[in-house]
Amino acid sequence: MLNTIFHRLLQSVVVIVLMSFVVYMLIGLMPGDPIDLMISSDPRMTAEDAARLRQVYGLDQPLWDRYMAWATGALSGEFGYSRLFGRPVIELMGPRLLNTFLLMLSAWILAVIFGLGLGILAGARQGGIIDTSVNWLAFVSASTPTFWLALLLMILFSVQLQLLPASGFPTSLNAGFGERLRHLVLPVLTLAIFETGAYARYMRAAMMEALNADHVRTARAKGASRVRVVLVHALRNAMIPVVTIMALGFGNQFSGALITETMFSYPGMGKMIFDSVMGNDFNLALVALLFATAMTLAANLIADLAYVMLDPRISYAARPGGAAR
Amino acid sequence: MTIRRRSLVLGGLALGSIGPHVGPARAQTRPARDTLTIGMTQFPATLHPNIESMAAKSYVLGFCQRPFTARDQRWEQVAMLATALPTIENGDAVVVDRPDGTKGVRCRYTIQPSARWGDGTPITTDDVTFTWEVGRHPQSGVGNAEMYRRIERVEVHDAKSFTLHITKLTFDYSGIDDFRVLPAHVERARFMADPVAYKERTAYITEPTNPALYFGPYRVSEFASGSHIALEPNPTWWGRAPAFRRIVIRTIENTAALEANLLSGSIDYIAGELGVTLDQAIAMARRIGDRYDFQYKAGLIYEHIDLNLDNPILADRRVRRALLVGCDRATLVRQLFDNRQPVAATFVSPLDWVSDADLPPAPYDAREAARLLDEAGWTVQRDGVRHNAAGDRLTLEMMTTAGNRSRELVQQVLQSQWRRIGIEVRLRNEPARVFFGETTRGRRFTGMALYAWISSPENVPRTMLQSSEIPRAENGFSGQNYPGFRNAEMDELIDRIEIELDRERRRTMWHRIQRIYADEIPVLPLFFRADSYIMPRWLKGIAPTGHLHPTSLWAENWHVQE
Repeated sequence: MLNTIFHRLLQSVVVIVLMSFVVYMLIGLMPGDPIDLMISSDPRMTAEDAARLRQVYGLDQPLWDRYMAWATGALSGEFGYSRLFGRPVIELMGPRLLNTFLLMLSAWILAVIFGLGLGILAGARQGGIIDTSVNWLAFVSASTPTFWLALLLMILFSVQLQLLPASGFPTSLNAGFGERLRHLVLPVLTLAIFETGAYARYMRAAMMEALNADHVRTARAKGASRVRVVLVHALRNAMIPVVTIMALGFGNQFSGALITETMFSYPGMGKMIFDSVMGNDFNLALVALLFATAMTLAANLIADLAYVMLDPRISYAARPGGAAR
Repeated sequence: MTIRRRSLVLGGLALGSIGPHVGPARAQTRPARDTLTIGMTQFPATLHPNIESMAAKSYVLGFCQRPFTARDQRWEQVAMLATALPTIENGDAVVVDRPDGTKGVRCRYTIQPSARWGDGTPITTDDVTFTWEVGRHPQSGVGNAEMYRRIERVEVHDAKSFTLHITKLTFDYSGIDDFRVLPAHVERARFMADPVAYKERTAYITEPTNPALYFGPYRVSEFASGSHIALEPNPTWWGRAPAFRRIVIRTIENTAALEANLLSGSIDYIAGELGVTLDQAIAMARRIGDRYDFQYKAGLIYEHIDLNLDNPILADRRVRRALLVGCDRATLVRQLFDNRQPVAATFVSPLDWVSDADLPPAPYDAREAARLLDEAGWTVQRDGVRHNAAGDRLTLEMMTTAGNRSRELVQQVLQSQWRRIGIEVRLRNEPARVFFGETTRGRRFTGMALYAWISSPENVPRTMLQSSEIPRAENGFSGQNYPGFRNAEMDELIDRIEIELDRERRRTMWHRIQRIYADEIPVLPLFFRADSYIMPRWLKGIAPTGHLHPTSLWAENWHVQE
């Protein structure tokens, strides 16, 4: 098992190195550069200024050389400065990472609780009114555009009821827990509602399949109660495919966080990744995207380990005559 | 469909659904009015006055600093940090003959006697010489360094007065709007330690709330990167005392969310410099116009269509003229923008004193357009599209920035108007960074390119219209004359006008430039864009300028009036 984890971690490092190269090249190959953006906002900048700035920012160097310089620095723990924010990348990412993690984790927990709960209910009451209602709710929540949902929540809770702030997040250390929570409610709800629908539908499908399994029929024949059949005999098997979705869903929340953070002016990573890519901020974009990659890889590893716990037939122990799987 | 575009459409639906009667106005009814929260769509990358160029930075610094000189609301050059403008008439400016036969100028300035940095240190000529050193240094990262390069020497007279020795005499010699003074007592050590790394180690980035960096009516008290900037009154400010105890400038990039924040009272005011687009503002005015003041200020953002003059169809001036008179710009502006954006006759704003009032925008005349096309040989109508004798179809491609809803609407209206006179226009749009980074820069548009120029009052169109500025491989695609316009008289006028000091002679030359532009039509002028300022009724004193200098440069005049 430990051997497997070690191998997976090693594979992850290789993936991250490859990703750093691919991402750097892709950003570099995008048309235009940061100096073009500067020129477009200052009519007084001359061609001479543009050439000088390209040299100052190293943009006149071949892409490969720039990547190698970045990679060399990164190996010694020097990830460079953000061109957009003028600060060391690591210093910039810290608080935003925390904010995004708080947002994503809160939304993910809510989505898992409600999504799985509704999915189990619907799967256990297949064809009934609960199933139909959950199906509709899930359909609506999964297909509602995040930014529109964000606006609706803003209008309801901030404009009409004046209960919650429409945007922002307290950055001052003096801000209390209550104030932070008030700012977190709407972004978390937006992100959670979107994910809940998807989880409910996956869970419902998995539960319906599990309830048709032989061992569940046997349990029913032996007189096990409905609740016991669902929660003890069917749920564990139904969770196996859902765990993958949940794990990947956590990584996918980055894209949802981008829109949510933009709508609510929430100072997080999603928006920063978008801004850094659009602004050709290589250092920031690279580190932020690599972090997102690392999170997805970690989520996958956790999902794989969860399989073992959920399904005793799966084992990562080395088999005679074969490599560990 | 991009996020922003989708959010505009659905956001409009969502916000429109709340109707004009709902949405309390907490900001309108609260008792204490000593704070002001401003919403805008961009956050400044840095507050360093000379590194990077961003509208958001200019806006924030407007509260906290003053340039030596600036353009006011009447677009006149005025002194701000300087006590007066140097002129040849008052003897503070002296024309000098240079060894190479050209003319230079020496301008003497005096710093406001009471001007002090926020920590109490007086602003002196030491700060001026330091700023000049930074501006001239090739590695310092200063964006617009042309002005610093033109200053060959700073002659210090005393702690408060100095003379700039400028190598080129131009008509705007007294204005040094871009010379933004830096605090030498804070910044010199950082710069001297490593000029290359200065752009990252400046106190404007590492300690943005250091009071010693500012000297305006307000100073930065809180800097939350990407989120908001808070300002407080600066006790060392020498002018009129500001009215607000605290100003918060919040960044909300999504314009639909910006409106929701205004309605919820999270922000009081949407800045026109970086706020909602005009069509959004007009829609908002219909919904909440009874509770907010809406001010529209047309300015120097010139929406136009570059014509690629290397295209054989567009090389014919009659076709260019037909395109111009064949589009009904007045109706377009009335229908789409509620007549808030003036139709352009040329690239010169009607608010600019050099504008030729006798040269109105070419009127819509479909019959004249048809005649011109007939005369140019596009006579055969087939499928509603004109063809020439050789059977070539009169088809042009029009490009613009994808996702810009306003431009895409304009594009569609023009397409249908030109279709009526037998010109087929195919639309092909690209993301802004591709469009500006590759297509216009490399002159890769085959027919028409719709976008905007940002300029300044009496802006000499050297980069846009002089033939040496046509981007090509030999000059590293550095110019901005994207149509490929070549006109010997225009080239000469541009060279002469820059150094013509006599105002009346310059006016005549400007009128001639506009005539050539209107006759030759290298570009189809559309309209001048208007900024929309959405203010609570109690906020007074904001006077939009219409040019690059933001309203915040006069923030001490902002006040509350119930």
